[in-house]
Amino acid sequence: MTLTYPFAVLGRQVLGFLAAVGRIAIFALTGISHLFRPPFYPKEFLTALLQIGYFSLPVVGMTTLFTGGALALQIYAGGARFSAESVVPSIVAIGMARELGPVLGGLMVAARVASSIAAEIGTMKVTEQIDALTTLSTEPMKYLVAPRLLAATLAVPLLVAIGDSIGIMGGYLVGVTRLDFNPATYLKNTREFLEFWDVASGLWKGAAFGFIVALCGCYFGMNSARGAQGVGRATKTAVVTASVLILAANYVLTEVFFSA
Amino acid sequence: MIELRDVHKAFGPNHVLNGVNLTLPKGESMVIIGGSGTGKSVLLKCVLGLVTPDKGEILVGGAPADKGSRDAFLARFGMLFQGGALFDSLPVWQNVAFRLLRGAQKRPKEEARAIAVEKLRRVGLKPEVADLFPAELSGGMQKRVGLARAIAAEPEIIFFDEPTTGLDPIMSGVINELIREIVVEMGATAMTITHDMTSVRAIADRVAMLHGGVIRWTGPVSEMDATPEPYVQQFIHGRAEGPIESVR
Repeated sequence: MTLTYPFAVLGRQVLGFLAAVGRIAIFALTGISHLFRPPFYPKEFLTALLQIGYFSLPVVGMTTLFTGGALALQIYAGGARFSAESVVPSIVAIGMARELGPVLGGLMVAARVASSIAAEIGTMKVTEQIDALTTLSTEPMKYLVAPRLLAATLAVPLLVAIGDSIGIMGGYLVGVTRLDFNPATYLKNTREFLEFWDVASGLWKGAAFGFIVALCGCYFGMNSARGAQGVGRATKTAVVTASVLILAANYVLTEVFFSA
Repeated sequence: MIELRDVHKAFGPNHVLNGVNLTLPKGESMVIIGGSGTGKSVLLKCVLGLVTPDKGEILVGGAPADKGSRDAFLARFGMLFQGGALFDSLPVWQNVAFRLLRGAQKRPKEEARAIAVEKLRRVGLKPEVADLFPAELSGGMQKRVGLARAIAAEPEIIFFDEPTTGLDPIMSGVINELIREIVVEMGATAMTITHDMTSVRAIADRVAMLHGGVIRWTGPVSEMDATPEPYVQQFIHGRAEGPIESVR
């Protein structure tokens, strides 16, 4: 019994993990299926779009602005070791568009939005508002989950596009004011080396990360346990899970987009 | 109107309902009494399909509750939840008119608002309340708004889950009176769960006592005090000694 005990524990954990993955997958597919079946709730969608997209702009903008500036300083310092300071504009642009814009944007939205969705839906669950929706002939998956999934999937790529631009601008400001780059040359190098796919791959990543954020917020909110502690745990789990999934998905997508 | 036949429900090892049999005739107001945690709310949720019974049959109007159109089924019901369960993000009138603003019973916005204001008036709230948000209301006002929402679409059947919990005795009396008046006025079939004996006497035509997952006694409210059933006697008199175990 003692010898088999570790295997039993491991087995239970693996089975528990697979069951959780299955439940989240079914939840996601159910949410997606409601996007294609009436009735639709355009007002809920627009509200979610505003909450997720517009109100996340300041935090995403500030994050990418400072990151773009820091990136320019780091690349300049590293490039100086082998006289390659001139690569700063192109590497800042490529780094922001391919990697830092979507990942930092996704993580900031995860912190801000996954928590807020999980707390809101979790509170609705423990105060019987979800049951009330059902008794009022309104399917909660259709009314609460589907609009948020769609809104986040559309809003985060837009945030990433804006974040990329602000990050590149941060690099430009540092390059021109601190590193003595010629403004025209900096912009020319940025334009010359940045390709369409660099930007497009970042936007696709943004869409995937947005979906992950809304999915985690909705799933853990809908499965929140009772009481303030239950909602708190759901909120924390939503943010942690969304953040880890974003980083894992980022690796997988980078492999898919750039390994060929 | 509503018939439960041998309904069972367990949550893991906790067997909440162990074969509930209950009949509620059309147009009657039945109150289900029982201690906390005896499965009264689960029973209501089983009828509404919010909780799926493990075993047994639930008939509404002679038809199985789990068959046929879900929307049409739910359209027959109104429910007042224990905590009100008002939607925080919507103003009061949109809470009341929720069903009238979407789905099969959708009406033009102005008409839905007019109905909401009328229902608010019916439960004793002024039209100014319509544009407030639930967080701006007192507990008693929230209950009234919940009641207005429950009756907004003129349902045939209304469920009341602990309608007076958390209210002072005067407000409880007001809510009890409102429920009784509205149920009689609408000719609705009503099922209420409570452990407030004042509510029982004010609302009920019939009373059913749930304990240990089964109905221990059911009968007209006028016979409740005289019944020799020990579970009912202990409960209505609030005695610590008797067949219902009390934790001290």
